[in-house]
Amino acid sequence: MSDQLSRGRPPLAPPSRSDRSRWNWVLILPLLAVLYPPLYNRATPELFNIPFFYWYQMAIIPLSVGCTLLAYHRGGRR
Amino acid sequence: MSGRAVEATVFIALFALVTVIGFVASRWRRADNLEHLDEWGLGGRNFGPWITWFLIGGDLYTAYTFVAVPALMFGAGAAGFFAVPYTIVVYPIVFLVLIRLWSVSHVHRFVTPADFVRARFGSPTLALLIAVTGIVATMPYIALQLVGMQAVLTAMGVSGHLPLIIAFAILAAYTYSAGLRAPALIAFVKDILIYIVIIAAVIYIPSKVGGWDAIFSAADAKFAKSPNPNDGTVLPGVGQWQYATLALGSALALFLYPHSVTGVLASRDRKTIKRNMAALPAYSFILGLLALLGFMAIAAGVKPTATGDTITAIDGTVIGPKTDGNTVVPLLFEQVFPHWFAGVAFAAVAIGALVPAAIMSIAAANLWTRNIYKEFLNKDATPAQEARSSKLASLVVKFGALLAILALDPQFSIDLQLIGGVLILQTLPAVGIGLITRWFHRGALMAGWAVGMLAGLWMLWTVPQVVVTANGVKVIREHFGGSAFSLEKLGLDTKTTIYVGFIALAVNLLVAVLATLALRARGVPDGIDATLPEAYLVEADDAVKSPAFTPAVIAD
Repeated sequence: MSDQLSRGRPPLAPPSRSDRSRWNWVLILPLLAVLYPPLYNRATPELFNIPFFYWYQMAIIPLSVGCTLLAYHRGGRR
Repeated sequence: MSGRAVEATVFIALFALVTVIGFVASRWRRADNLEHLDEWGLGGRNFGPWITWFLIGGDLYTAYTFVAVPALMFGAGAAGFFAVPYTIVVYPIVFLVLIRLWSVSHVHRFVTPADFVRARFGSPTLALLIAVTGIVATMPYIALQLVGMQAVLTAMGVSGHLPLIIAFAILAAYTYSAGLRAPALIAFVKDILIYIVIIAAVIYIPSKVGGWDAIFSAADAKFAKSPNPNDGTVLPGVGQWQYATLALGSALALFLYPHSVTGVLASRDRKTIKRNMAALPAYSFILGLLALLGFMAIAAGVKPTATGDTITAIDGTVIGPKTDGNTVVPLLFEQVFPHWFAGVAFAAVAIGALVPAAIMSIAAANLWTRNIYKEFLNKDATPAQEARSSKLASLVVKFGALLAILALDPQFSIDLQLIGGVLILQTLPAVGIGLITRWFHRGALMAGWAVGMLAGLWMLWTVPQVVVTANGVKVIREHFGGSAFSLEKLGLDTKTTIYVGFIALAVNLLVAVLATLALRARGVPDGIDATLPEAYLVEADDAVKSPAFTPAVIAD
């Protein structure tokens, strides 16, 4: 249906533009890291007396930021 | 001055500061004409990365979160930490979808998620369902902000409802006059205070109670003593899937809430959103530290305030006095901080209630105006009439939330908010997946929505609230007692529980897929997609205002 609307008008954005990029796949990593609790559901090894369960998940936060930044800066360049 | 007086003075001074900021906000980045939803409801659609970071951070990490998450840790242990994986997975999931939402809304001037659905699927009825779901899910969320504020007032020793009424009346007044600019500006104060308080708490409190070792030992000892087998500082085996599905389900739901969409659409360009998806996890880190305050409260020997009621099981057994778990963190602050800093901390939480309450009421009001008032009641509404309708609706919404807390049992709002999360998740196929593909048939989306709603409500209805006592498991309430659905009820031989919203969404999607295939096979006409294919990729500096793309094109 959009084709009918699109006919006879200049495109809104350059046809070459795309959000697709293989770098987008890194966005899955943080999901894999925290959505399977048996991976980290234990008390040891502790870090600064904090059980593994807690510091592991806190440590994934900067990892997820890194993945998002990768997708942001590398995405669209292909 | 007595300690309490110092505390109250600091609290009132900070509260007065944000009140002034709220009213000044109407002149901040002033537009020629505030009588337009783009201005009142979306702050001019021109917020850059910093403002957006404070605004969305202030919007998503609410006062209720600040008191309820540590309260959950205090009561149940590791299960309460789900807030961390929840806010870890949300940004990678929505990253690629929100930039499409921003672009298509920029081109077609959408204000609400239901505006998008209407244009995408050519269906005012489907848009109405989305709008009503959004309003119903948001209302109790606003009410819960009052619960968060009340917890602080209780810890300060303030009784009566008057302070709450005054705070909300002030909030209503500056939101009415300044629109989204008010919470955007107040969010700066709120978030800076929250960061200061949490960082101070995490450095200072462990040294007061004997270090992290003592904190986790105290938590371990408490959970070992409790007769409940499902609490502890790690998850019980049967609770692991509830933990993961609750985190994932909540993450999928977060940006379906109309107030989150408001924050996204108010931003200036795609880059602002992309940067924020990388920067917002800073709040998740703070939330993780905040959650641990629940264990610090255990180590500090905090006893939550008694409500004066008694918990009685439905078989008549008296369990014990009822306490308000939400007071745990405010009481911890009261106990360990010097009075002046406790005043700062209490102000941070109370101001933390104002920002989301303002944005939520604006978002709900915009849904009312765009997808009910303009769609069905006054089709020819001018932009000024739309703005007036939204401003009035925002007052009604806030007044309703206040009434729900003062006139009804606050538990009612807590139950409704639990239900609301499951309900809003049922808009995922139309809004979230709709941004990626137009494959679903509009009739199938309605069918999936309806079945998902019924399935979700039924499952929530079957979940009892129980306490485990030395004499066994006692049921306190038979219905709406939680969001963990036992797979045993579906005839499976397992003790595993899964988040209700997750199962309801799966049912919804299944119905939507099957119904789409059936409707296409029968040749039932599909609606017209009024959005343009490249609209989803448009950047702010693309010239999109050529005559062909005026809203007239998207009217049906």
